[in-house]
Amino acid sequence: MLLEQGTTLRALEPCARHSLRAPLRSCLLQDEQFADLADMSLSGDITVEGEITVPVGAPSPDEDFSTLDEPVRETIMRDLKAVGKKFVHVMYPKKSSTLLRDWDLWGPLVLCVSLALMLQGGSADSKEDGGPQFAEVFVIIWFGAVVITLNSKLLGGTISFFQSLCVLGYCVLPLTVAMLVCRLVLLAGAGTISFVVRLLVVLAMFAWSTLASTAFLADSQPPNRKALVVYPIFLFYFVISWMILTFTPQ
Amino acid sequence: ASKAFSLYANIDILRPYFDVEPAQVRARLLESMIPVKMVNFPQKIAGELYGPLMLVFTLVAILLHGMKTSDTIIREGTLMGTAIGTCFGYWLGVSSFIYFLAYLCNAQITMVQMLSLLGYGLFGHCITLFVTYNIHFHSLFYIFWLGVGGLSTLRMVAVLVSRTVGHTQRLILCGTLAALHMLFLLYLHFAYHKVVEGILDTLEGPNVPPFQRVARDIPVVSNALLNTTAKAAALTL
Repeated sequence: MLLEQGTTLRALEPCARHSLRAPLRSCLLQDEQFADLADMSLSGDITVEGEITVPVGAPSPDEDFSTLDEPVRETIMRDLKAVGKKFVHVMYPKKSSTLLRDWDLWGPLVLCVSLALMLQGGSADSKEDGGPQFAEVFVIIWFGAVVITLNSKLLGGTISFFQSLCVLGYCVLPLTVAMLVCRLVLLAGAGTISFVVRLLVVLAMFAWSTLASTAFLADSQPPNRKALVVYPIFLFYFVISWMILTFTPQ
Repeated sequence: ASKAFSLYANIDILRPYFDVEPAQVRARLLESMIPVKMVNFPQKIAGELYGPLMLVFTLVAILLHGMKTSDTIIREGTLMGTAIGTCFGYWLGVSSFIYFLAYLCNAQITMVQMLSLLGYGLFGHCITLFVTYNIHFHSLFYIFWLGVGGLSTLRMVAVLVSRTVGHTQRLILCGTLAALHMLFLLYLHFAYHKVVEGILDTLEGPNVPPFQRVARDIPVVSNALLNTTAKAAALTL
């Protein structure tokens, strides 16, 4: 189908509104504007299947796709849903690129803050403010993530800085769950059994974190250097697990 | 945006130092424990930063683990800072100091090579501390200190000797490095050892640690603890 120069897509308006399951030619023939084109010879009916979204009409001001006019609740819910979807991806690590493509740092921030808050209130001596300080946990998590990212980039990784930060932050989720469980177990008492239970839970979550982040990050490395990237991630989650395991409440 | 760009440009400066394969790292770790006898020809040092950096972080992790299992009475908040500060301070500080001495003694070694050499020398420290933090025998520690620590020190000394000319220079450089390296291991083991209340009780025992570290961050330090620590130090000297 030949269009003369200058024919705008606007002329196709009527046709675009039909779902293009009918052969294109017959669709065109229904419109008088294209009556002249009916004389064109086509080798056959060109059946076009599927749906084509053609930008119909000029963008009118009312239909502007801007998020400024939508209610605040919608904006927040959209971001929350994105964060929630990523949480699910972390808990069931499949090889998907959602975490990498739409990176955001909300989830890591929430996890980091909640972990740091839960690590407060522990002490070695009742007179002192035991437990790692809030700022300490914060700095360790973010500084550790930055170091790992730099390391993987220096080893020739193809992942971007913030994508890597995003993945490492989200994979702290199992450890936050472990912290929650530890606190609950410690409510019941702080004996040997509770220590063993906490140890097992923390070990399991540590393995889960490391495996989840490896599943996302290792693909972006040259294949023979995967071990070099996995080791610092292992150390990083080890330090966080150590902080969780050694937490003793007042 | 130009600032971010310059950050990436700086990262690229470090890129060639991270160009390693896992097999190479493994080989270098093992080599760091084997002193090479050949001192007439300058020995090759790989100027690589991945292995040393990972070893420093591993040392930090081991120290954290050890501090916890030995119930060091410091506020937990500063355990992390202390461990990171100690390890990185040692690696960077002693490397710079030895590099400076090497410059004075006309040794042929670059800063990156020195960082790399000392970093791999920490492998011996890592092994020793990992084993002795879990098995608490003083005699075992001394065996490991001499054996493992000694081997890694000998390797570094051999490399430096092969790159320095003149007996005095060799003595200064290698003596300093050996002393610092071995003393660091000693410090790590005993400084993070138990700081028990009843230190007077252990004074009568045969295996008294030579010195105790008084944690600098305890705000409410009982006078008794200070006194007993001073007594122990005075009695062993």
